Amino acid sequence: MGKYLVRRLVNYVVLVFIATSMAYLLAATSLNPRAHFLGRNPPVPVTTQDDILNRYNLNDKTPVLDRYGTWLDNLAHGNLGRDYDGGYVGANLSRRMWVSGQLLLIGTILGGLVGVAAGAWAAVRHKKATDIALTQGAFFILSCPVFVIAILLQVGATRLNNAVGSRLISFSGQFDPAKPGGFFAHIGDRLDHLILPTITLMLAGASYLMLYQRSAMLDVLGSDYVRTARAKGLRRRTALIKHALRTALIPSVTLFTYAFATIFVGATFTETIFGWHGMGEWFVQTIQGSDTNAVAAITAVVGVLILFASFLQDVVVAILDPRVRVG
Amino acid sequence: MTVPSQELIGTVTAESGIDGTAALDETAVPSRGRIILKRFLSQKSALFGFVLLLILVLLAYLGPVISKWDYSQPDYNSFLVTPNGSHWFGTDGTGTDLFAATMRGAQKSIIIGLLVAVLATSMAAIVGATAGYFGKWIDAALMWLVNLLLVIPSFLIIAILSPRYHNNLTLFVILLGMFIWQITARIVRGQTLSLREREYVLAAKYMGVSGPRIIARHILPNLASLLIIDATVNVSVAVLTETGLSFFGFGVQPPDVSLGTLIEAAQTSATTQPWLFLFPAGFLVLLLLAVNLIGQGLRDAFDPSAGVAV
Repeated sequence: MGKYLVRRLVNYVVLVFIATSMAYLLAATSLNPRAHFLGRNPPVPVTTQDDILNRYNLNDKTPVLDRYGTWLDNLAHGNLGRDYDGGYVGANLSRRMWVSGQLLLIGTILGGLVGVAAGAWAAVRHKKATDIALTQGAFFILSCPVFVIAILLQVGATRLNNAVGSRLISFSGQFDPAKPGGFFAHIGDRLDHLILPTITLMLAGASYLMLYQRSAMLDVLGSDYVRTARAKGLRRRTALIKHALRTALIPSVTLFTYAFATIFVGATFTETIFGWHGMGEWFVQTIQGSDTNAVAAITAVVGVLILFASFLQDVVVAILDPRVRVG
Repeated sequence: MTVPSQELIGTVTAESGIDGTAALDETAVPSRGRIILKRFLSQKSALFGFVLLLILVLLAYLGPVISKWDYSQPDYNSFLVTPNGSHWFGTDGTGTDLFAATMRGAQKSIIIGLLVAVLATSMAAIVGATAGYFGKWIDAALMWLVNLLLVIPSFLIIAILSPRYHNNLTLFVILLGMFIWQITARIVRGQTLSLREREYVLAAKYMGVSGPRIIARHILPNLASLLIIDATVNVSVAVLTETGLSFFGFGVQPPDVSLGTLIEAAQTSATTQPWLFLFPAGFLVLLLLAVNLIGQGLRDAFDPSAGVAV
């Protein structure tokens, strides 16, 4: 078993390495950091441009494989490289991952719990009013892109704040640095700023998961082993939870593990619209800013987290479904 | 996903009249497709979704013909006007007619969504079932590929490549399709692992039926509901990814428009000039809603036995 896990882990490391290398090479050949010097007044001399770009290993005149070699060498020494403006990618990365984690933790967990519970409940009440209301509700939310939900919530909050006459809900950034008060006022302020992004994340996550959970649960409800469980005298509740839900959880768990393990990757739209300076926002900014080294670093982090999720998922599925023998 | 026998008998006797047994030989048993179609059409929400989609598609393609404005020709006499008889959806700050622009963006989303969903779900079904059924090195190789594509953040790669596919629709569709089938492929593989131990699959196998045929005849039909839900979700995912990429400026790019670029442009003024946000966002939401309702209707039509009470 230990040997199997080690082999699997090595395989995963190789995968992340290949993915990151691909991302680096694609980014290094597609993006153009030199564009930052365009339109500067007074114009920056080409030699100066080269000097600066060389310092950060971003010069497009250096052959791409040489740049890749330098990048690998730095990586081997634990150095993720520099931004186009000289910042350290590693420092930015850890700061932004923490911001994203704070933002996504509550929303993701709430989304998972609400999604599974609502899906299972809807399946059990198949074609009754509860099922119809939940399914149509989930469909409607799923039909609203995150950026539409986020903007609508902002409009709603603005209206509410105007109606009340004070800023009841804040939705820009992580907290308000000008807010007076001590520790608890600060925590309250942070929670206040979390309300809208958390609702956004929860709605999107829950509606997606709910439909999968309902579908899986419906497939299981008619199966022999659930009927057997009932026939041998189990109460309906026990049969549903221990025999039906347990098997029906598998597809949802697969999806949820991904969502949970990737919370540090960030939520691109939610972060951008609500002004959280996390990984998701960085994701967009690095590409818009042609920041090759940061793009490669983000790919590496995403890769590691997804593989961690995939590993976790294998374990959870094996626990839930005795029929699946891993390997 | 077998058709319950009561329903077949019910259909046959209904068609063959009172003396059912005599007419039974002459009456063809309705095909599975017809039964599913009938069930599909008997659901109000599915029918509503279908009609809604039809209206939206017609509007997207016929609307620009009826309207006298073109998305690429601004009306320099009206900037930021509210919806009226001439500009049905109003205009934006450059005088562009929002109706023409919204319909143009909708055409893009519809085509991209459908093509990408078909591509992605087919890939997921074939790769997942092949890996799960054959196992051994085929499984290892395919899952390695799936894992590799999964660890590459698709949104990022598509965004990086955006300067290269610059409004090339075919390339954009293939790129989107290549990146959204992996999770489903893993789920399909997982389900195939338990399905291949079932009696009817083993029976077929020992009777000498070939692997690809078993996958096509026994494995995939059993995953039909999963794949249909997935294809539905994939249409949404594709449209969402397209509009999302465009929202950040990585998808459809100027001078062309997309629902994503329109919503992005309206983001800051959603409170003060609501029509700029509401029309493109509303069209997008209705489009996704219609597609989702159809998917749900198909699911129930394929699998009415799923709701047996415990």
